[in-house]
Amino acid sequence: MIFSYYPGCTLKTKAKELNFYAYQSAKALGIELQELPEWQCCGGTYPMAKDETATKLSSVRALTLARDLGNDLVTLCSACHNVLKQVNNDMQNDEKIASKANIYLQLKTPYHGETKVLHYLEVLRDCIGFEEIAKKVVNPLKGKKIAAYYGCLLLRPSKVMQMDNPENPRIIEDFIKAIGAEPVIYPFRNECCGGYLTMEDKALTQKKSNTVMGSAQEFGAEMITTACPLCLYNLRKNATEHDLPVIYFTELLAEALGVKED
Amino acid sequence: MQKIGVFVCWCGSNIAATVDVSAVSEALSHEPGVVYATNYQYMCSEAGQNTIKDAIKKYGLTGIVICSCSPRMHEATFRKTAAAAGLNPYMVEIANIREQCSWIHKDMATATEKAIILGKAAIAKVHLNAPLTASQSPVVKRALVIGGGIAGIQTALDIADAGFEVDIVEKSPTIGGKMSQLDKTFPTLDCAACILTPKMVDVAQHEKIKIYSYSEVEAVKGFVGNFEVTIRKKARYVNENVCTGCGLCTEKCPQKNVPNEFNLGMDKRRAIYIPFAQAVPKVATIDANYCMKLKTGKCGLCEKICTAGAIDYSQKDQLIEQKYGAIVVATGFNPIKLDNFEEYSYSQSPDVVTSLEFERITNAAGPTSGQLLRPSDGKHPHTIVFVQCVGSRDTSGCGKPYCSKICCMYTAKHAMLTREKYPDTDVYVFYIDVRTPGKNFDEFYRRAAEEYGVHYIKGMVGKVAPKADGKLMVQASDLISNEQLHIDADMVVLATAIEPDKSARPLATMLTASMDTNDFFTEAHPKLRPVESPTAGIFLSGTCQGPKDIPETVSQAGAAAAKVIGLLAKDTLTANPCVAHSDEMMCNGCSSCEKVCPYGAITYVDKEFRMPDRTVAIRRVAVVNEAVCQGCGACTVACPSGAMDLKGFSNSQIMAEVDAICK
Repeated sequence: MIFSYYPGCTLKTKAKELNFYAYQSAKALGIELQELPEWQCCGGTYPMAKDETATKLSSVRALTLARDLGNDLVTLCSACHNVLKQVNNDMQNDEKIASKANIYLQLKTPYHGETKVLHYLEVLRDCIGFEEIAKKVVNPLKGKKIAAYYGCLLLRPSKVMQMDNPENPRIIEDFIKAIGAEPVIYPFRNECCGGYLTMEDKALTQKKSNTVMGSAQEFGAEMITTACPLCLYNLRKNATEHDLPVIYFTELLAEALGVKED
Repeated sequence: MQKIGVFVCWCGSNIAATVDVSAVSEALSHEPGVVYATNYQYMCSEAGQNTIKDAIKKYGLTGIVICSCSPRMHEATFRKTAAAAGLNPYMVEIANIREQCSWIHKDMATATEKAIILGKAAIAKVHLNAPLTASQSPVVKRALVIGGGIAGIQTALDIADAGFEVDIVEKSPTIGGKMSQLDKTFPTLDCAACILTPKMVDVAQHEKIKIYSYSEVEAVKGFVGNFEVTIRKKARYVNENVCTGCGLCTEKCPQKNVPNEFNLGMDKRRAIYIPFAQAVPKVATIDANYCMKLKTGKCGLCEKICTAGAIDYSQKDQLIEQKYGAIVVATGFNPIKLDNFEEYSYSQSPDVVTSLEFERITNAAGPTSGQLLRPSDGKHPHTIVFVQCVGSRDTSGCGKPYCSKICCMYTAKHAMLTREKYPDTDVYVFYIDVRTPGKNFDEFYRRAAEEYGVHYIKGMVGKVAPKADGKLMVQASDLISNEQLHIDADMVVLATAIEPDKSARPLATMLTASMDTNDFFTEAHPKLRPVESPTAGIFLSGTCQGPKDIPETVSQAGAAAAKVIGLLAKDTLTANPCVAHSDEMMCNGCSSCEKVCPYGAITYVDKEFRMPDRTVAIRRVAVVNEAVCQGCGACTVACPSGAMDLKGFSNSQIMAEVDAICK
């Protein structure tokens, strides 16, 4: 299976391990991730503004590139995933945005959202299947109680992300089961960690992150796993009252598949 | 050539203030065929009607045009007038110069010009009118009520008390419906069972009522006054006529692990069961999905212990054919599924319950014998949070856009009763608005808030988070003090939106009765014909038509019964003669008309035709059942060959009107 791959800025800097272990695991699972040539920053959260087209253009370029290569586009960072799917949805359904973006970019073939965007987790669930992954696990994380942390961007808005029920999701829990560990369900797994507010209001972010980690701990988690670099940062730095390790899900996957190299 | 009379009404000043009525009658008197034209202050009054009658006789009029209000208002009046003077009532045409002219214009010159044009159009049409005679069809003097809840029960009793036979078809093993699951009823707090079960007994004992329980409507044919209905009586594996309802089998059956639907799955029943002690008919039913004997052939205990010999494992579904003059839909409601509202943790904590479940928990015959206990650990809850509008008034697409209407009141009831019985329990109610329009309703709500100390908080709950210590953390906003609240609750009760029963949609298709986008049955007129479906002979009772509380349901049930009685009291029905008819020489049997007919009035027959060369050909042609056709005209538009036409509104008549207006 070959996919176009959009890593995003953070995965090249602060979140290198999220990217690194994703490649390792993909290889072990027989998946080829081809990094898009000349990809640009997805724009962070700016493209979510409905009335601005310029901020969406870099995402449209990435989506168009994948279309022209004839591949589905896989992404990993929660924010990139959110932005790419939302922009893709706008290109499909918002005539105003689509025509402006197309006119500006002067593409040979106008883009109308033809590319399918997949989160790495969706590839695991829908293209490979968790049962298949379980069969390939050589180093099951037996007895490990792992809490999945979704954050707010991975699943919402659910009509656009089309990934899982945002209020009672199971995709990461199913993943945790597949790698042989025990998922811990706790109520704050889909609440915000504080996000970018850590730059502006440390106390608020600390409160949010502490609530999330405290809840996971209360329900017996030994570890938290996430797909989002910003969530990982906040839980590690701002959940000051608790001390659970926070690890990217790709690292757990690489470990379970027995391909983890540092 | 017709001899036409024109009568222009002033409607007091309603028309005359904006339309120069003399100019209208003067202008129309010069139209071809018009032999008499006049105007009068109130044409619908006795004097006005006499003017019309006298003119018909004096001038030998063959058609008349009344320029007045909408035909919805007085067409029937003027048709009667014409008939009294010996003129066929379908030779009357109305030009609406009030609603569609004087009321919407300010300038007299334009309004007068328009009134003249509308009059000309009506004259052009009446030239092509032909006398029509309404046909008669006999009425079967028996009614069918679909659904045996309080709506169906009340309708059936009222019809039967008027002396007509009524059959109730109820899909579950007993009648009683949702009301039988309730504890107390607002605003008087009388016990639901005490007021419902006597009515259920009345139904069972009424000599004019027959109950088909554990049965469903399978097919409906025919038309008003003459419906042919197939009822599927599902196998209950117990002979109804022999079973005494002693209940011994329901105590001895070894299959103890069946979720009890009467208590909404909060406790278990046996595979052979009687839904509740006051069930009507009080007869056992075997649940084929769980019975060991039916599934594996082993067991047969109930047969051995049944002293009446009522058990019959070989019973099969039975199809019953019956004719009815009228059908009443009383299919009721259900709370919606909460899959789209996971933020309330309904699927994640047993202590988050729906209001109907709370009703069972507080009911003396419920799973906790009326003790208010938490489902998770059986402990007494000290803090309860009620959340209103769960799925109601929801524009996000997750729930229903409408107000479920009953939740504000039953939540006030639950909150009040909890505080009365357990004063040590703190009760919070989160609401968007508290809506209490009803007799003694607002007083009831105020009592809950003011005398019983229920904490009413305007704002919605964003999240219910089960904590490791078993408490439920309720995160909500208080819109009045503008702050976020966190309440540690022992139980959360969700006032879940209600929706029509799932059986309603396929039933509507069988009955060709229309529904709205929420699957509520539509009424013939939202204000003036609220208990009739637009399909003749189909009547609506209770929540199948829209959310309602018990008093409103009972009123509507009685109203539906009155309409049914009015229909069944007639020996024959006079049909509307303005119906479609097909010119079989032009019809090519393409089925276009059948596909668009909302009433199922069109069928096809193979008919012999003599061809020009004297051979005989058999062709498939459309036939309109005049008793079923409602004259909507959809088929006349759909017909590609122009074979379909509507009597009284033919294509040529409408084109003549258009021509007159455009001239």
